[in-house]
Amino acid sequence: MPDLSILSARLDPVKPVLPWLLLALGIAAPFALSAYDLNLLARFMAMGIVALGIVLIWGHGGILSLGQGVFFGLGGYAIAMHMKVADLPAGEIPDFMLWSGRESLPLWWTPFASPIFTILAILLVPALLGALFSWAVFHRRVGGTYFALITQAMALAFATLIISRQDVTGGFNGLTDFYSVFGFGLSSPGVPTGLYWVTLALLCVGFIGLRWLLASRFGMLLRAARDGENRVRFLGYSPTPFKVVAFAIAAMLAGVGGALFTLHAGVVSPALIGVVPSIEMVVWVAIGGRYSLAGAVVGALLVNLARDAVSSAFPELWLYLMGALFIFVVTLLPRGLAGLFKGKGA
Amino acid sequence: MDALFLNQLFNGASLASLYLLAALGLALSFGLMRVINMAHGEMLMLGGYLAWMTLLVVPGAAGIILAIPVAFVGAAAMGGLIQSTLIRRLSARPLDTLLATWGVSLILQQAARDLFGAIGVEVRAPEWLAGSFTLAGVTLPSARLFIIAIAALVLGALALLLLKSRIGLLVRAVNQDRMMASASGIDVKLVDFAVFCLGSGIAGLAGVMLALLGPVTPSVGQSYIIPAFLVVVMGGLGSIVGTTASAIILGLFAALAQIFVDVSVAQMLLLVFVILFIQVRPQGVIAVKSRQLDA
Amino acid sequence: MIRSRLLLLATTAGALALTACSGGGGNASAPSGDSVSVGVLQSLTGTMAISEITVKNAEMLAIEEINAAGGVMGKKINALVEDGASDPSTFAQKASKLIESDGVSTVFGGWTSASRKAMLPVFERTKNLLWYPVQFEGNECSPNIMYSGAQPNQQALPALEWAVSQGYKSYFLVGSDYVYPRTANLILKKHIEKDGMKVLGEAYVPLGGTDFSGVIAKIAQAKPAIIINTLNGDSNVAFFKQLQAAGISTKTMPVMSFSIGEQEAKAMGAALVEGSFAAWNYFQSLPGDANAKFIAAYQAKFGKDAAITDPMVHGYLDVYAWKAAVEKAKSFDPDAVRKAAATLGGFDTPMGKVSFAANQSLTQKAYIGKLKGDGQFEIIADSGKDLAPEPYDALAFPGKSCKL
Repeated sequence: MPDLSILSARLDPVKPVLPWLLLALGIAAPFALSAYDLNLLARFMAMGIVALGIVLIWGHGGILSLGQGVFFGLGGYAIAMHMKVADLPAGEIPDFMLWSGRESLPLWWTPFASPIFTILAILLVPALLGALFSWAVFHRRVGGTYFALITQAMALAFATLIISRQDVTGGFNGLTDFYSVFGFGLSSPGVPTGLYWVTLALLCVGFIGLRWLLASRFGMLLRAARDGENRVRFLGYSPTPFKVVAFAIAAMLAGVGGALFTLHAGVVSPALIGVVPSIEMVVWVAIGGRYSLAGAVVGALLVNLARDAVSSAFPELWLYLMGALFIFVVTLLPRGLAGLFKGKGA
Repeated sequence: MDALFLNQLFNGASLASLYLLAALGLALSFGLMRVINMAHGEMLMLGGYLAWMTLLVVPGAAGIILAIPVAFVGAAAMGGLIQSTLIRRLSARPLDTLLATWGVSLILQQAARDLFGAIGVEVRAPEWLAGSFTLAGVTLPSARLFIIAIAALVLGALALLLLKSRIGLLVRAVNQDRMMASASGIDVKLVDFAVFCLGSGIAGLAGVMLALLGPVTPSVGQSYIIPAFLVVVMGGLGSIVGTTASAIILGLFAALAQIFVDVSVAQMLLLVFVILFIQVRPQGVIAVKSRQLDA
Repeated sequence: MIRSRLLLLATTAGALALTACSGGGGNASAPSGDSVSVGVLQSLTGTMAISEITVKNAEMLAIEEINAAGGVMGKKINALVEDGASDPSTFAQKASKLIESDGVSTVFGGWTSASRKAMLPVFERTKNLLWYPVQFEGNECSPNIMYSGAQPNQQALPALEWAVSQGYKSYFLVGSDYVYPRTANLILKKHIEKDGMKVLGEAYVPLGGTDFSGVIAKIAQAKPAIIINTLNGDSNVAFFKQLQAAGISTKTMPVMSFSIGEQEAKAMGAALVEGSFAAWNYFQSLPGDANAKFIAAYQAKFGKDAAITDPMVHGYLDVYAWKAAVEKAKSFDPDAVRKAAATLGGFDTPMGKVSFAANQSLTQKAYIGKLKGDGQFEIIADSGKDLAPEPYDALAFPGKSCKL
């Protein structure tokens, strides 16, 4: 195993300025990149937000979720529903409802016309559903592999349900064809760049917030529950609330990531939220490093960038490459790329 | 009772048989090693393709009978390969095993796509399996009756093996207390290996059964593997009786739900049912030992 | 934590540099020098690859033929092939790459409605033009898309008219769970009920699903005169197989399919589906020299047993239609090209003379075929006249029309 900590040690003098340099680079990106590349970067950053949440639950909580796509989808659909409803001329309904035989807007769609309701929905619906679901499983002390398998079934069931209720969800096609968000035209000059900065800002907020959380007493108990759940119980703590809160936060981050991704990609569909995309989210984090917030963000960026490059040139190679990389990282490099840069015992 | 209900009762039994064949291997090795092989679905696929190839060489009724041992041995060998090269190394990390074997599943699916093409191949059932019987207004396709019979046979053979043979004794010993078994001189690694091969072999056999009902495609395992996972979750740790009971419950539930709702909603209800079930019995249908304490 | 930031910096900087380098292409859709770039965007991987690769092949064949004959307005066509990976958001991403980074003049591609829907905003925003080759559910008309595949009134409704003419009065609708089957069935139901006939049941199975036990039990109970099947891909094999195993023969209960073409029939083993019916605008068995020439050219290049299907021919004729429209407009500008295309009049294709209507969809005939044991269809009926495309069915969606 190459130990790059020497390299990292040699760069010690520049470390204090690194975060600022990084932030400056991120802020300046719109001036250096073409519109297409900026859009790509923004999408990958949105995925990075999802990856942050996975570090919290998987790296520090020992909870493997193979169903983060569900929460990603909840956030994505919430913003998409807002954009569909807000652009609607009075008295009309979205086109897909019409051709699915509906004549009126379902009642639960109407509040999404409000931007405030939409933002609250993006934050709260995934968090509450995540809390409810994880509580139902954890409070009966079911966890580990069982939890992973149940979340995978949840990803399948959610995607199937969205597809089958075409008249209210857009079905297999998903929702697309958006013109404006919160009153800003999506293709008006400056708006894509602004949305990119919003994404960057939320990524930073998520990063800093989780850093604080992981360093706090909460983070310590979460790790303690990961390493010895029963010992934590014997010490008088119930691990369930910690795990449920962590899962809810990860779900919320996935929802925010999903909403931002939908803004940048211009489409949300069941293809983005099912079993395979959900596992891929874990792949980013496994490759970047499950214990490291920064590593996970880098993992999300790198894997998606590589997919874009490799899948254009050698589409078939991509699946082999991803499978092999995944096996390699999980078996031999459990700390991911971030592990390479850390000294032993970090 | 109306014909649709009786029909679905029968379809539920055949679905339960498929779930059981797909889940038995998972449950066996999960009881023993606490690991789930995400590439287990690809053992089904392998079994299906092996059946197809066997029938290319030996067409007709003899072919399908021959395909059963061929698929069993082929899938068992592949399972053995995965166990000895990958899963054994990860034995203390069950979640990582899950992920690493998902990588294997991805590679196997793509390999099948390159080798056999993305469109499925079709296994032609012999005449005696293509027909159907009618009983009290219910149509009983021979292929489905055959599947139920095979599942019962496999279950019987497995029970015999576990309860009456020396290998079975060793497996039960390791299942009950790994450390003690190891201390009394049992080669636990060999037992792990043997059970894993056996479980994969049964999945290969399940693949032959699937080939009688539909096309063999690179992703054929995926449509049955998630229900099989749920069977394992609901079955209880390391219990063959529990796995069988939960396969029957879920198979019947999925089929009977389809009387009232379409297939998509039935899938959703299946998950809700399992989550509600573990509220009542988190230890599964049958609990051999508690999973509430650290292993 | 701080150390890991170093990694973040290094890779982000690398990533930025990488993307910055790969960008850089011109954005103008005006071709430069002696070549013109066009995009070919189909799924080369994933579940749709098997169908879409053949359409890509047909589109590339047309491009090569045109280049060999001197190109378009003296310029060689430079085809940029991208993979949509059977995923709508990838289609949107690659479409935007082709147009905005690579500066293509037009794009040929798409198969699923989901991919077309995801690409539509990209084409409208960039004012480019997409040529879409597959039958679809209608209910859409964008100035930036040329729809050459069948509208519902050019495939589904002619099939129903044929079934009515054969005296079938009760129907069962089976489909994969996605947009085309549900919307096509909605239209069919309105027409079936208007004519005083019965829909005895409707069932959907998730895409790729292979368990039809429940659906077949419902069919057995309903006993329809004919089944209308909009299942996709592999599900068809499972459906026909389990239908047969349940003792229901396609001879006594005929099946009319909208998604089984020559390629699917060949892959399934024609024996399984022999005797079932299909409706398309093109069958490989259509007579005519243009068709024979196209089949020979395709099979010479992609294997002499290669099956030729309706979407392939639509993909092929799209490229020629684009060439003719460019030459009529004397410009590569997408806006000029689409206006020229809609006023081209009839042009010759492997499926006979067709033309684009003012709503940018193709005016074409519909054929009913009966599948033979060798995987080819015997054409047993046709619509007689050319059918003008109607994106909005007047009965199911009253008051809607296509305004461009």
